[in-house]
Formats: sequence, structure tokens, C-alpha cells
Amino acid sequence: MLYKLTAHEAIELIKRKEVKCQEVVESVLERIKQVEDKVKSYITITEEQALENAKKIDEKIAKGEDVGALYGLPIALKDNLCTDGIRTTCASKILYNFVPPYDATVVKKLKENHMTLLGKLNMDEFAMGSSTENSAFHTTKNPWDLERVPGGSSGGSAAAVAADEAFFTLGSDTGGSIRQPASLCGVVGMKPTYGRVSRFGLVAFASSLDQIGPLTKDVEDCALAMNIICGHDPYDATSAPIEVPDFTKALINDVKGLKIGVPREYMEKGVNDEVKKAIEKALELLKSLGAQYEEFSIPIVEYALPTYYIIASSEASSNLARYDGIKYGYRTQNYDDLIDLYKKTRSEGFGAEVKRRIMLGTYALSAGYYDAYYKKGLQVRTLIKRAFDEAFQKYDVIITPTSPTTAFKIGEKVSNPLEMYMSDICTVPVNIAGLPAISIPCGVDSNNLPIGLQIIGKAFDEETIIRVAYTFEQNSGYRNLKPQNL
Amino acid sequence: MITRNDVEYVANLARLTLTEEEIERMTKELGAIIEFANKLSDLDTEGIEPTAHVLNLYNVFRSDEVKPSYPREKILQNAPSHDDVCIKVPKIVE
Repeated sequence: MLYKLTAHEAIELIKRKEVKCQEVVESVLERIKQVEDKVKSYITITEEQALENAKKIDEKIAKGEDVGALYGLPIALKDNLCTDGIRTTCASKILYNFVPPYDATVVKKLKENHMTLLGKLNMDEFAMGSSTENSAFHTTKNPWDLERVPGGSSGGSAAAVAADEAFFTLGSDTGGSIRQPASLCGVVGMKPTYGRVSRFGLVAFASSLDQIGPLTKDVEDCALAMNIICGHDPYDATSAPIEVPDFTKALINDVKGLKIGVPREYMEKGVNDEVKKAIEKALELLKSLGAQYEEFSIPIVEYALPTYYIIASSEASSNLARYDGIKYGYRTQNYDDLIDLYKKTRSEGFGAEVKRRIMLGTYALSAGYYDAYYKKGLQVRTLIKRAFDEAFQKYDVIITPTSPTTAFKIGEKVSNPLEMYMSDICTVPVNIAGLPAISIPCGVDSNNLPIGLQIIGKAFDEETIIRVAYTFEQNSGYRNLKPQNL
Repeated sequence: MITRNDVEYVANLARLTLTEEEIERMTKELGAIIEFANKLSDLDTEGIEPTAHVLNLYNVFRSDEVKPSYPREKILQNAPSHDDVCIKVPKIVE
């Protein structure tokens, strides 16, 4: 049952030579065999390489060589992170056979710390979606209830952690794609400050919003993963040249004197009553531990969702213009000329949601509409950022629900894109303003489905978020929450 | 209001060929999403600087050193059509 441990517990056992890395890796591979048919969180499983790597790590440990911070810990990656020699599909037909010739910077960092890679995880195609139903491969199921979605777009990453199919995973978050599935699957998910983690080797969706982050079993594991993946990267011009603290030093069980702001707008219409009650209970717990909280108003967030869909789709349409069937990926069989090859390749290769966003983005960027939509979106972004800056003059952190509802049924929202977009209403403003935020479990509803608490911080102040999350986790009884019936 | 013509025009710009059914669905869905986005016009943004990026971006320069490129076979392995040294594309000039 080694697979049930958290990452830091498993590392500790290997470090103390109480178990071998190989045993840990075998345990997780066994777990994958046991539940993967039901959960379907992976696209590619690299079993052979994983076992081989574990053996090497054990030899290194026996010889007293350096094995980094991970000691061969088995982890998995969202399938939009480039892995040298291992296919990276973005859950799209257009990249079904793409094998990157290089590693993403985060992958390189994990390798330097001697991870064991278990494989690549399912997602919404090109990270567009909130339910992992847009994958060209298969739909991932929520380990808490197999008839429900795991959230998206990092649904495979969240489900794998919830089902103990990896000790931790990395996802990417453009409008909530780490936090919302973390919330729906009852795990910890963090979106770091924009620029904190290099995006080099992450297949771009919306470049000014995307950020890579960890999905973990508890807050301590989150700090551990953050220590490895953060840092300036000369290969990414949008990576911030700012020093990275030791995030494990922020694992402090104390919130005395901390000021929490609770935006009224996030607790109003559309937010499920049970979710609201769980957040209120969490705030009371933090208050009993010495923090203060008060409601305030940030009316501009009402405009965050339309702003997000304009900016994200515009950047996506431009990023996805590179898929032309020439240098890599899918190419159509029959075509007349070059333009026809482009058109047929793209039309056959992209799924419905991706086409919808390309169309929206192309429209918003086209002559005559640019000022009304794209430029307007960027101006509203300025207003949203200012409103958060102002709020953080008064508060150390802002607390909201992560998702307005718990996990919904598979198929329930697929036919209504606007309703699906509403799933991201609590998470999207954070990406627009480039802020860091974490989602941690704060209870379950009457259907025994997990509820997530979102803690938002100032730019580059992940430490305060980790401190609040850790304090809540240590005192709430919701640490390492597990689905019971899997 | 998004019309069928708009959808066809934008699809061409985006290098997409849509089926009859897709055009119909896209006209409806894009219309609804654009209407939703029109909410932004309620806000007065006169004189507000657009924020393209939340970070203060600056140019990154690297020294101009000659370095080996990726091996040719590693790059060609991903090309849908290639020979030993080139990626093959359809004829452009008649």
C-alpha cells in the first residue's frame, strides 16, 4: 500500500532505506493496473522506463550517490509538457504521433532531481475545457464518482493524484485548469504567479495566462514540488528573474494576525449552497486560529469571464496557427494544393472546442473587431489587475470557493459551451491578474463529492498562501482526503 | 449579431473548412459567446492602458555563439512526409 503515502512520506522511507525506490514504483504501477481501467487518467504509461529508472536509483542509493530531492519518486505529467523521446499529444488528433526532441524546462528540473516518470496524463484538447471531455483519446472519470467529470483541463492530472496513480503530477492553468480539477477531485492544486515557472516546452494555449503548477496529495508535497519547478529560465522570456524562496519554510501552522478578504461577488448567485457553507465554515476555522476576515466588494470580477474568453481565444488562435501538417503531427491524406492541405489538416485534426476557440479568437483579432474585443479585453484586464492590487493593500490573502459547484455528471454541460465556461468563474480572475492561488479540500457535499477552497495571494507571495493552506489542512481534518469506493 | 457569412469569412482566415452542420452550429454558438463578450462595452475604458502582459517584459539577449542544432533525423522523424534530408510539401509554384 505504498502508493497511498504522500510524496514526502514516500521520499522519507526511501531516504531512510526502509523501502527501495523499486518497491515504491512497483506499488504505484500495480495501483495503476488496478484502477486505470475505471479512471482512465493516462494517455501514455511508460512502465518499462519507470522500472528501469527505479533500479538505477536504487543502485545509486546503494553507492551513496546523489539522487536529488525526489529519490526516484514516481510522478506523471500533463500531456502538454514536452518529454524528450516520449510522445506528447495535448490529447489532440493533430499531435497524436508527436515525439518531442527535447524536454520542457520543468521536466529537466524534475529529471535533475531524479524523478521516475510514470507517463503522460489525459486533458482537454490543447488544455481547452473544464471537464476533460474534450480529449481526442478518452474521457477521464472522477475517482470519487465514476459517472462524474474530474474537472479540466488538467483532469487526468487531478484524477491520477486522487486515485493514488502517482505521488504528484504537473498540470497547466490558463483559466483555472489546475485548481478547478483539484477542487473536483479533492486534491491540492497550485497555480504559481505568472512568470514563477518557466513555460519553455509547455505547448502554448494562451501565452500571457498559462502557468505550470503541481497537483499534490497535501500542502507539504505542494511546497516540495514548487521548490523543484520554480525559477528563472533564459529559454523563456516571460520567466521572472526573481529569487525563489524555500517553500517548505512556509509550512507554518499559524495564521495569527492574518487579514483575509472575502469578495462578496464570489459567494453570490451561481455558487452552490453546500459549497458556500463549506467556505464559511473554513473561514470560521481560520478565525478561531487567530486570522481575521471580512467581506468586501470587487465588482469588476463580473467582467472577468468575457475578458478571459476574448484574451485566451485570441492568443490561442495565434498559437494554434502553427499546426499546418508540415513539420510534425497529423497531415490529411488527400488535398489539392498547399492551402487545401492546411485547411483539411486543421479541420480533420482539431476537435470541436478547439475550433470554436480558434474561430472566436480569429474573429476578435480581425480587422474591424480588434478594438471592440481584443483591445477592450486588455483594457479591462488593467482594471481587474488594479482592483486586486487595491484589495491586497488591505488583505494578506483573498479566499473564495474554487469552483461554484462540485463535480458534475459526464455529458451534463457538453452541449452548452457558455454553461461550461461558468465552471471557471472563480478561478479566471487570478489568471487575468497573474496572481498565485491554491485550491485545497475543505469538505465534501451530501453526495460525498469534494469541495475546494481557493486562497489567492499577492504576486510572488506563494509563501503566505502555503502558510494559510497548511494551517487550514493541519487543523481541519481534510488532509490527504481519499475517495472511498475506488 | 454573427451571420453565416461572418462564420465563413472567419473560417477562411483561420484556415478551417467547416461542414454545413458546423457552420450552422458555429453561427449560433459564436453569436452567444460574442453577445456574452459584449458585456465589456458597458465599461468605460477611455484612456486605460491595455495590459498585454502582467509582468514587466524586457528583451532577452543571448551571446551569439555557434552551437550544434538538433540532429536532422530527430527533427525529420516528426514530419508527416520527408525524404533523407528534407521535409516534403506540395508544389507551390506551377
